[in-house]
Amino acid sequence: MRVQGKGLNANGAPLTFTFDGQEYQGREGDTLAAALLANGQRLVGRSFKYHRPRGILSAGSEEPNALVTLGEAAKQDPNIRATTQELFDGLEARSQNAWPSLKNDVMAVNDLMSPFLSAGFYYKTFMWPKAFWEKVYEPIIRRAAGLGALSGETNDDTYEKAFAHCDVLVIGAGPAGIMAALTAARAGLDVILADEDSRMGGRLLAETYDVDGQAGADWATQQIAELNAMENVRLMPRTTVAGAYDQGTYAALERVGHHRADRTGPRECFWRIVSKRSILCAGALERPIAFPNNDRPGIMTAGAVRSYLNRWGVAPGQAVTVFANNDDAHRTALDFIDAGVTVAGVIDSRDSAHALGDYPLFKGGQVIATKGRHGLTSITVEHSGGTEEIATDCLAMSGGWNPTVHLTCHMNGRPTWSDNIFSFVPTEGSVPNMSVAGAANGVFSTLGCLQDGIDTTQRVLVDLGVDAADVETPSAEDAPYRIEPLWQVEGKGRKWLDFQNDVTVKDIRLAALENFRSVEHMKRYTTQGMATDQGKNSNVAALAVLADATGRGIPETGTTTFRPPYSPVAIAAMGAGSQGHGFAPERLMTSHHATTSRGAPMIEAGLWYRPSYFPRSGEETWLDSCNREVTMVRGAVGVCDVSTLGKIDIQGPDAAAFLDFVYCNTFSTLKEKRVRYGLMLREDGHVMDDGTTACLGPNHYVMTTTTAAAGQVMRHLDWVSQALRPDLDVRFASVTEQWAQFAVAGPKSRDLLNTIFDDEIDNDSWPFMACGTVGISGVQGRLFRISFSGEHAYEIAVPARYGASLFGQLTAQAEAMGGGAYGMEALNVMRIEKGFITHAEIHGRTTAFDIGFDRMVSQKKDCIGNAPSRREGLLDPQREQLVGLKPIEADGKLTSGAHLFVEGADAVRLNSQGYVTSVCYSPTLGHDLGLAFLKDGPNRYGEHVILVDHLRDVRTLYEVCHPVFLDPEGELARG
Amino acid sequence: MRLPCPLCGDRDRREFFYQGAAVTLDRPARDAGDAAWNDYLHNRDNPAGETRDLWHHEAGCGAWIVVHRNTVTHEVYGAELAQKAKA
Ligand SMILES: [Zn+2]
Repeated sequence: MRVQGKGLNANGAPLTFTFDGQEYQGREGDTLAAALLANGQRLVGRSFKYHRPRGILSAGSEEPNALVTLGEAAKQDPNIRATTQELFDGLEARSQNAWPSLKNDVMAVNDLMSPFLSAGFYYKTFMWPKAFWEKVYEPIIRRAAGLGALSGETNDDTYEKAFAHCDVLVIGAGPAGIMAALTAARAGLDVILADEDSRMGGRLLAETYDVDGQAGADWATQQIAELNAMENVRLMPRTTVAGAYDQGTYAALERVGHHRADRTGPRECFWRIVSKRSILCAGALERPIAFPNNDRPGIMTAGAVRSYLNRWGVAPGQAVTVFANNDDAHRTALDFIDAGVTVAGVIDSRDSAHALGDYPLFKGGQVIATKGRHGLTSITVEHSGGTEEIATDCLAMSGGWNPTVHLTCHMNGRPTWSDNIFSFVPTEGSVPNMSVAGAANGVFSTLGCLQDGIDTTQRVLVDLGVDAADVETPSAEDAPYRIEPLWQVEGKGRKWLDFQNDVTVKDIRLAALENFRSVEHMKRYTTQGMATDQGKNSNVAALAVLADATGRGIPETGTTTFRPPYSPVAIAAMGAGSQGHGFAPERLMTSHHATTSRGAPMIEAGLWYRPSYFPRSGEETWLDSCNREVTMVRGAVGVCDVSTLGKIDIQGPDAAAFLDFVYCNTFSTLKEKRVRYGLMLREDGHVMDDGTTACLGPNHYVMTTTTAAAGQVMRHLDWVSQALRPDLDVRFASVTEQWAQFAVAGPKSRDLLNTIFDDEIDNDSWPFMACGTVGISGVQGRLFRISFSGEHAYEIAVPARYGASLFGQLTAQAEAMGGGAYGMEALNVMRIEKGFITHAEIHGRTTAFDIGFDRMVSQKKDCIGNAPSRREGLLDPQREQLVGLKPIEADGKLTSGAHLFVEGADAVRLNSQGYVTSVCYSPTLGHDLGLAFLKDGPNRYGEHVILVDHLRDVRTLYEVCHPVFLDPEGELARG
Repeated sequence: MRLPCPLCGDRDRREFFYQGAAVTLDRPARDAGDAAWNDYLHNRDNPAGETRDLWHHEAGCGAWIVVHRNTVTHEVYGAELAQKAKA
């Protein structure tokens, strides 16, 4: 019900919205909760476990009950808190956890079953038969108990991530936060003021207090306008600071699009805010009182009831009652009387209570029962003068206020119990460089908050060595808090603590009775505080009940900790930009376009995309294309983009000595214009990577790495040069992306190159393993006569900007000569035929000895991994060493990952003699072949082994052979 | 988490690659023997408190740095270039 002339949005434009299909009118500036209450809609949801009818409890992000779903299908947003969702024209909200309808929910039968569903019921009831848990019980429980659901469809809404930096981050824009931001900003510091609400001002928007002689909300608006005009201030409304992390880093979620009907633009932005200092001014949250059936729609926290009246002009009921243990809640009665709404009574548990206005006061009173199935109709009050039933449709309750200490606990800090306010206050120093001011610090009067905001910030300025700012304290009310603790009311009926997880006083007592007396055990046994609201309304009262049940004090009982995020953050926001193509950077070769336009399927190699094969018409499978490409290279000529290999340019007087140290073999003997194969070890003596390094000129080398290990090798070179050998005068830089490089392989490779080179080459000027510069249509390129296929082959490199053009020229010429482009499949077949290793073989557990290269580890010099490679066990002949495998049985399958056994042995792990690393069909040899590691392998050529692959159900007899299947003398490459 | 690169200033942790304890700066001689090498390669303390460890400013200047920090409080006391640091 709207109250004429009340509310900060009294003149807001009318908006139309629906709830469960029913159309309603609201006002611009409303939250969904305010608009629902304005329309008399008190029932908004069903509880998690018992499907109890529930209404709106609060007016903020701590709301446990009023969770709704917005949007349809893929754009469905579940578990939106109606208390924070701003109303827009055309908003469509649906209730959750109720079927077939909110009023007639069949699962409400759970409520009748409640004697069986108390704390720990999962553990007691569903123990047997064991197999039923996963198949029967869990799915049923999950369906019955729940929150809103996701659609299961891919959502194309956008989310963003951003960084921000400041001197001072002020969290919360109530009276303390506003003064903190003003004090820091006037001192010239860079300030960010973040507040989860759409409008800044905090409780000043919800109360009728004056500040500096004007309405508190107006005063707040003026101060925010001043801050907004300052260049060193960034205001971040609708932004929840959700987590505190190391070195002044905070996570914050900005709701960017949720308040607009137009869904273009991002929904949310996930901020990482880095601050020198932070000031937490997050205010306080009011706690309910646990009295019998305190969960009926219409029973709300007293401060929230006041918020609806003062901020939105909504009376949540026509006959309001108040139940409290403190003076502050009496303001609810005063404000409603002032607005002309009936106040049917204030029940105050304190014998010392005094009426602050003209309303019936029940001193020493307690609410012992409530009525109303889908909404409150009456309460039964027991007080010093007797017992009576009072008709009321809105009960405003207040058990006191809890400082919002959550962020101070995010780095393992525990709050301190205060007997002044009967709640926890932040422990100083819980988060480095965070100060706390205002209600979050247990200071509850308006004047106290304003003053604490100034004083706290002045201390921060001193710490930062900044001159104090000139700030005057505004005048404001300074009423004492006056509270006596009241946690629970005895009586018939369930007394709810955690509304979101349906935990009652009885559940906590049962936990204590069953010896779950530690607060951490109680929490997990009862699920108290484990819902999405983290028990913001209920934890302190639950602790008090536990303390009472175990006969300990609250400080002794302790508290569970709060963890980030303060309120739920969508994974979509944290992962913003990482969907689809954003998942990882994509590195594309200069030939990418030409390659994909030839229909080549691309495969990932690290961040790179490389072609599997280049299909031609008539080829039906990848193997058809692969076989043709291998035959094409071995018979004519093929072209392959190898730009993805890491390239590192190394220069300096000590470049050769550096190479000698990082490679296990020697490079200082490498002549200019020559290339050498190099093997790189890790410091523990195992193989890290391999590749070729070319000497381009005096003290100038270019190293290649495998595609996948390029980053690791670069990091390693940085390590060696900076940390281990700073004595060497050498500099290096990654030039992988500066050069496009193509392999040209096959008997006609030189003929092809001579069609495009400015000057012809021949075998004398360019023998095997030669390198140097060549001219291609006036462009200077680098030519390396190296071969990964075993054929007469070259790699030609040009500056990347000429890559696409050169690839076009090379493939066109190759095709004219009976060849063409080839992909990774053919490249892999040809290297297996030649017994060349890749990271399938140098997988991190193999040594130079294992791959037959132990003689490459020069003993004339030290190098990375030199001494450790000769440690005991690493040169043992019984180690698994590289061999080839060739078939004995026709059609015998060969699979990579299969294990090898001697004939007759059981195919069990203990008998494994080794394993297969690479397999292919060789069109050159006409059969399958493979590379494997086998114990004492080099001495077992000719032996038969059984290959067993339990996963693919393969069992085949194979013959062990030398790993080089083709041209063992290497004559083809030299030809 | 932020790390103070001596060359770049305070930078986000995501720019760094983590390696491990700074004891690897003290590389044994080639002939130090298996025991010394095994210790160097495989034995590490697991301190609850102050530690010095190696980070590579991979997405920044490329410097290897030794960070002095506390594994319990997460406080970072400072950092120096590995090039100038002692194990
Ligand atoms: Zn740096």
